[in-house]
Parts: sequence; C-alpha cells; structure tokens
Amino acid sequence: MSTLHYLVLAPFIMAIFVPFFYKWFRNIHTGWFVLILPTVLFVYLLQYLPVGGPMEPLQLTVPWVPSLGINFTVYLDGLSLLFALLITGIGALVVLYSIYYIANKKDEPLNNFYVYLLMFMGAMLGVVLSDNLIVIYVFWELTSLASSLLIAYWFHKEKSRYGAQKSMFITVTGGFSMLAGFSLLYVMTNTFSIQEIIAQAGTIINDPLFIPAMLLILLGAFTKSAQFPFHIWLPDAMEAPTPVSAYLHSATMVKAGIYLVARLTPVFGGTAQWFWLLTIFGLVTLVWGSVSAIRQKDLKAILAFSTISQLGLIMSLLGLGSAAVHYDVANVDMLYATAVMAAVFHLINHATFKGSLFMVVGIVDHETGTRDIRNLGGLMTIMPITFTISLIGLASMAGLPPFNGFLSKEMFFTGTLNATTLDIFNVSTWGFLFPVLAWIASVFTFAYCMIMFFRTFTGKYQPEKLKKEAHEAPVGMLISPIILASLVVIFGLFPNLLGYTIIEPAMQSILPNLLAEGDRFYVNIYHWHGLNPELFMTIGVVLFGMLVVLNLKRWQETTFFLKERDPLNRVYDSGLDGLIAGSQRVTNFQMTGLLRDYFAFMMIFMIFLVGWTFIQFDALSFESLAMFNAGEVTPFLWVITLVLIAATLTMPFIQQRITAIIVVGVIGFLVALLFVVFRAPDLALTQLLVETVMVVLLLLAFYHLPELRREKFTPRFRFTNLAISVGMGLMVTIIALSVHALRQTAGFDPISDFFVEASVPLAGGYNMVNVILVDFRGLDTLLEVLVLAIAALGVVTLIKHKFKGGEDV
Amino acid sequence: MKTNFLMLHTITRIVAFIILSFSVFLFFAGHNNPGGGFIGGLMTASALLLLYVSFDLKTIKRVIPFNYSTMIAVGLLIAIATGLNSFLFGDPFLTQYFEYYDLPVLGETELTTALPFDLGIYLVVVGVALLTILTIAEDDA
Repeated sequence: MSTLHYLVLAPFIMAIFVPFFYKWFRNIHTGWFVLILPTVLFVYLLQYLPVGGPMEPLQLTVPWVPSLGINFTVYLDGLSLLFALLITGIGALVVLYSIYYIANKKDEPLNNFYVYLLMFMGAMLGVVLSDNLIVIYVFWELTSLASSLLIAYWFHKEKSRYGAQKSMFITVTGGFSMLAGFSLLYVMTNTFSIQEIIAQAGTIINDPLFIPAMLLILLGAFTKSAQFPFHIWLPDAMEAPTPVSAYLHSATMVKAGIYLVARLTPVFGGTAQWFWLLTIFGLVTLVWGSVSAIRQKDLKAILAFSTISQLGLIMSLLGLGSAAVHYDVANVDMLYATAVMAAVFHLINHATFKGSLFMVVGIVDHETGTRDIRNLGGLMTIMPITFTISLIGLASMAGLPPFNGFLSKEMFFTGTLNATTLDIFNVSTWGFLFPVLAWIASVFTFAYCMIMFFRTFTGKYQPEKLKKEAHEAPVGMLISPIILASLVVIFGLFPNLLGYTIIEPAMQSILPNLLAEGDRFYVNIYHWHGLNPELFMTIGVVLFGMLVVLNLKRWQETTFFLKERDPLNRVYDSGLDGLIAGSQRVTNFQMTGLLRDYFAFMMIFMIFLVGWTFIQFDALSFESLAMFNAGEVTPFLWVITLVLIAATLTMPFIQQRITAIIVVGVIGFLVALLFVVFRAPDLALTQLLVETVMVVLLLLAFYHLPELRREKFTPRFRFTNLAISVGMGLMVTIIALSVHALRQTAGFDPISDFFVEASVPLAGGYNMVNVILVDFRGLDTLLEVLVLAIAALGVVTLIKHKFKGGEDV
Repeated sequence: MKTNFLMLHTITRIVAFIILSFSVFLFFAGHNNPGGGFIGGLMTASALLLLYVSFDLKTIKRVIPFNYSTMIAVGLLIAIATGLNSFLFGDPFLTQYFEYYDLPVLGETELTTALPFDLGIYLVVVGVALLTILTIAEDDA
C-alpha cells in the first residue's frame, strides 16, 4: 500500500470517525473536521504537478484478487491528476461552503451528510486513480450510491426521494452495461488493466466484440454524464442540498463519464463509430440542454440544464478530438487535437464557473427563501458581493472576454471548424453541421445567462414575494464562491498557467500515440486570434443572444415556455409505472398464497432442471435394469419394503389428518429401519429422532389447524398433481438407475473410498459420517445450521409478530 | 375433576435424565462412534420436549430458564469462531486440527477442534428445535 492508495481510502477512513465527531463535539460544526481532509489531499496532490517537461505516469499495484486479474492499481497521470485535483479542490471549497449552508441545528443529521459526502469523495478518487476496470466499476457504482443518498438527504420531501430513485435507476443501469462492456474488453484482451488494454489497442480493433464493448461502455458514460436522452435525472437531482449540486452534479460526478471517455480514447478513438457517437450525442445534448434551460424558472433548474448542455459540449469535443488518433502524423493531428485541448480546458473552466454559480444560487436561495426567477429581482444593491460573483460566473459561462469561458468557447468553435476539414468518416457530408449546432447552442447559452442575471439582480425588488428579508450572506459562505470566481478571472487572464502544468499532461494521457518518446504537447492559449471566423461567431452569439432575450416577453406565454419539464420524463415515468404494474402481474400470478402451488412450482422446476441436465450431458442410462442383480434380499427386508410401499400408496386416500400423520410416521420409521439394515447407524438415529420431534411438532400444529374439509378438485387440478408426482418419482428412479449404471460402466471410484481412507489420517476420527459433517464438509454444515437458525427466526417472526391488518408492508 | 399424571410425571423424571445423559454421550462419541452434534442435539431436544409435554410450559420454563434464540446465536458464533481460528495459523477457513494427549484420569485422549465446532452445531440444533416448537405451542391465537 502506497501513499496514493491511502489517499483513495482516506475519505472512507475519515467517514468512520465522522459520527464520533458529530456526537462528541456537538457544538462544533462537523464540517470543520471534514474540511481538513480534502484540503490536505489537495495540497498533497499539488506536488505531482509537473514543472516543465512531460509528466511521468506513476503506477503502483496492490493485489486484490490476483487470480482473476483484479488488482488495486493506482495510476497517476495527467488526466487522473486533473480529476483528483478537481475532486479534492472543489471538495474542500464545497465542504467549507456547506458549513454555513447547512446550519448545525439539533435535528439536522449532519453526520449522515458528511459520511455520504466523504464516501462520494473516496469513490470518485477511486474511479479516477484506478487502472483496473473492475476496481473502477466498484467505485463507479459507489459514486452512484453516494449521489443518490445525498439527493435524498432531505428524505422527508417526496421530490427528493423521486430524484434519488431516478438518478439511481438511470446511472446504475448504465453502470451495469459498462460492466458488461468491461467484461467484453477482458474477453478480447485478457486483462483488466487499462494500460495493458491500450497497449493492445491496435489488435482488438477488428474483433467482433469491439463495437458491442464500445456501445456498452458508452451507455455507462452517457448515463453518468447526463447525455441526451439519459439527462433527465440531473434536473431532478437538484433536490439535493446546493453544496451537493455544486460538487457532484456539476463539478465532479457527472464528469466521471467524460473521464471514462477520455481515458478510453486511446482504445476506441480513431474509429468512425466512436467519433460519430460522441459527437452526435454530445451536440444533441448541448443544443437540447441550452434550449431547455431558457424556459426554466427555477435558478437551480437553469443551472442543471446548463450543466447538461456543457457536458454535451465537452463530450462532443472529445468526439471530434478522437479523430486525431486516426492519423499518426504529428502536424496533421495537432489541428484536431485542439478539440481535446478545448475539452480539457473547458472541463476546468466549467468546474470553476459552474461551481461558483451553484454556490451563488444557494446563497440567493438561503437568503431570500426562493429560487424562482419570477419572484426575484433587484438584488444587485442588496447583495453586492453575490452580484459580483454571479456577474463573473455568468459572463464566463456566456463566453465573454476576458474570462476563461470565452477562451474555451473560442477553442470549441475552432475545434468544430477544424473538424469540418476532416477527410475521414464521411465528415464532408454532414460536417458543416458541427459549427452550426455549436453556434445555435451558444446563442441559447448566452440567452439563459442573461435571463439568470437580469431576472435575479436587476429589475424591481419584490420583498412581498420572498419568504425572508433579503440580505447579504455571511462571509464564510462567500469565501468558496469568491475563490472560484477569482480562479475564473485568473484562468481567463493567465490561461497559460494551466498549459504546461495540467492541460498538457492530461492531453498526453488522452492522446498518447501522438507524441514521440519524451515529447510533450505545446499549449498556448491567448485572447486575440485576429479577425478569424471564431471571433465573428462570438459576436454573432452576443447579438442573437440579445435578440432572444429581448423578444422573450413575446414567447413567454407559448406552451413551449410554460412546460418546464422535459418531455422525456414522460417516457421514464410511464416506463417505471409499467415496470411496477408488470412485476405486480408476475407476482400475482406466482404468489397465490397456497403452499401447494409453491410446492408444485418447486417440483416442476426441479424436474425440468435435473431432467434437462441429464439429457444435456447424455447421462440417462437404463442399463442397470438389464444387469439388475437382486443379490440376496432377506425376508426381513422384503417385509419392510412392502410395508413401506403399501403405506405410501395409502397416503392419497386418507381422509383424516390424524391418520395421515400416523402413516407418515410409519413411513419415517420404516426408512429408519432400512438405514439400520444397510448399516448406517448415524442416519438411522437421526431419522428416528427427527421423526420423534416431528410428531410433537405436528401435534402442536394440529391443534391450530381447521377441520380438514373435503375439497372438490377439478379433474384438471388432479391431473396436474398426478403428472407432477409421477414425474418426480420417475425422475428420481431414472437418476438412481442411471447413477448405478454409470458407476458400473464408467468405472468411477465411489467418493466414499476417499473418506474411508482419509477420515483417520486427515481428520483423526473413525466415524466417517461425523468427520464429513464437521471437517471435510464443515462449511456446508455451518451454512445448514445457519439456514436452520434463519428458519427458526422466521417461525418466531411469523407467529410473534403477526399482522393485525392495516400495517404498511 | 383434577387430572392426575402421576405415572407420566414419575417416569418422565427418570427417563428424561437417561435421555439427557445419553445425548451427552452421543455428543462426545461422535468423532469415532455413531453420534455427534446433530444427533446429540436432537436427542437433547427430544428429552427437553418430553419434559415440556408431560409437565406444563410454565413449570419447565422456570426450571430450565434458557433463552433459545440466544442459544442459537451462541452456537453459530462458536462454530464460526472455530472456523476463524485456523486463520491464526494461516490456514483456510474451517481447517480442523487434532492431536493426541495423555491426560490424567482419561488416559490418552484425542483433542480436536472439531469438538467446539460440533458444540456449536449441537447448540443450534437444540435451540432451533425448541424455539420452533415452543413458539408454536405458546401461540394461542
């Protein structure tokens, strides 16, 4: 275990102590203790930033399940470092912010909040720092779980529960499909290590499983990163406390899909399918998100749709940039690698401005009691600091100079324009759409930024519509958004601070094949490119964006604007309803409440399963009938067997329960006698004792049972029962015969030989049966008694805690 | 009319203890002769059941104040603990050990970790049988 391993595990370890901090230091906000961890981790991670020269990836392995090729391998390169810094950095700011956002009240379960948050942090670090696909999958699902728990933090609200369930369903479905994709990768490459898979990338490209694996993994990435049409969970996830939205649902978790795509670009990149899928889904998400955002009235909903659209932007950039893998000539590639550079750069920028905006919206919500833009207005003079931060964040998001959003937006346009010149993948036919769609989406992005800004901060202050008297937030709450907003300005003015430290190493891990040994990318970002198409596109965005905002009044009453909910939600809701109704129908069919039905199901299943297995392996044999050698059957044995058969045959004709119990007892004791004859004293003893205890049990149960009524059975019912019992009997007989025959023909040694020989030397016991029970098959025994114990508890629960009717089950 | 179970009570008092001591014998005999935790447990359970059947529930509960659900838990824990014991020696779960010792009074005796494991099984079996039966018996609804 290296320090980096502990770095991943640290949040989990910290989470163990959180409840104690919460309980013992009740007066101190638990957040202060939690804050230490991400801060320390962030500072620790900073030392890995390369200072000049390419970054050397770090790989450290701790075996987990080596026999299956699953190792907890930490792999730290530019891409993982970027994400790890985001997770810890934004994490620290979010924790600080949450200390003021969620007050330390008596009934506020702060311990839950921070345990979930730390669980998320650790899981996310695990996703971005692991090299092993299975480990990534485990952490990936943990992030889904943590996210869903955090969304449902205020679980008494119905909407929170709905949102949590929705995000869980959608992301976990994606996670499962991703696991399937990972398994296919394993089938092709025989390894779970990403680096080893990348090394084999050239050979697996023609494998028939290559495309299915890609599709399955992309489904995982798209659901996590809220790509169209799976984005519908993200707006509902806004029911989470705002620090959570800022952290999980804009800065980190939703970027896990982006991370995965970037990480696997060396494997799948360069193929037409990867290029088109990412680009199309990304662009559709981009446009859909930005158009949906302008009709939202809730500030957080605007930000949610804006996040969706920005994620689409990054995704499409990764798609366009993946074309660079196709070529291997460096100078051509750099043209398309711009898109990847833009993706990485925008990823950082988005985290800064969107994080600060979420926090600002949280402040507005906290200090006014509402997030509805119809009720807000005129907060500019009341909340000047909040206003300034929002101005910076929104201007950056809208793509205005001199903020970092402007730079990455320009690069985005450059990327899309460059992509139109591609001469592969039939881009020449539809490629012109890239810049067009990008431009349209940017117009709407500009428009919703303006709406957010003007409706919140300008106009008339309407105190009568607010739940609280509006005032500026406490300083502590402002620190985090101020830090993020200043980063927006700093990265905007000095973008090359990020160039060699983090963008170049990250690009190096996304596009490793473009570089010669020891070479590095050269990233130079500057504001003024001259009068090029990008600049005109930006000017066009501003002009048309203004037009949209100014004409908004005219469209406000149209149905398009009045309907806030995404129409795709209807598909999800009806799908969920259908699922519930469908499973209810299946359950109703199967759970009849009659024991005999369950018994019939079990028998039928067993008959078919065992019968099928026997036929499948061609194990049926009737030879033993032919070579049947009765041996010496003593008269005593004849008597026992005949009485046994007679007793069994009378069973179906017995009308009275007490007689039935006695006859079953007779059968049991006769079987015990048979065991005695065949020299199995242990079995005989057990059988006798079980019979004795059983009689007491039956007599007790008998006391509670109603009078046995004569039931009228339909012929069909009788026939089914007959068929099942005959089938069962036949099956057991045939199996017995076949086993006997196989033993003769195949010449297997009976397994008992081993026990006869081994029981004294290996287990020191002369009683073979008992030695098997406690030693050779000890685990079986242990689990059997466990089953017994569970059954007994079941009896107790059923009887002592009976339903009186009306309980909520 | 007051019913009199004098005969039953007298016989039960004697027989139950014979069965109980036989069950203890069975339990210890298990490793080399017919018997063992499962059979011993069932035998003990039937002895106790005999007591319950001939006397009434209340009396016997006062005489034998066992909590059978605790007994199940203790049994399972003993069995699992014996299994975990082998981890101390770097062996897989549930590895059993045995060794012959020369003990006073008993002479040369085999001591084996299978015995505590069997004790766990014994306790679970007794607990399950009695818990189930007594729960059903106490149910007066």
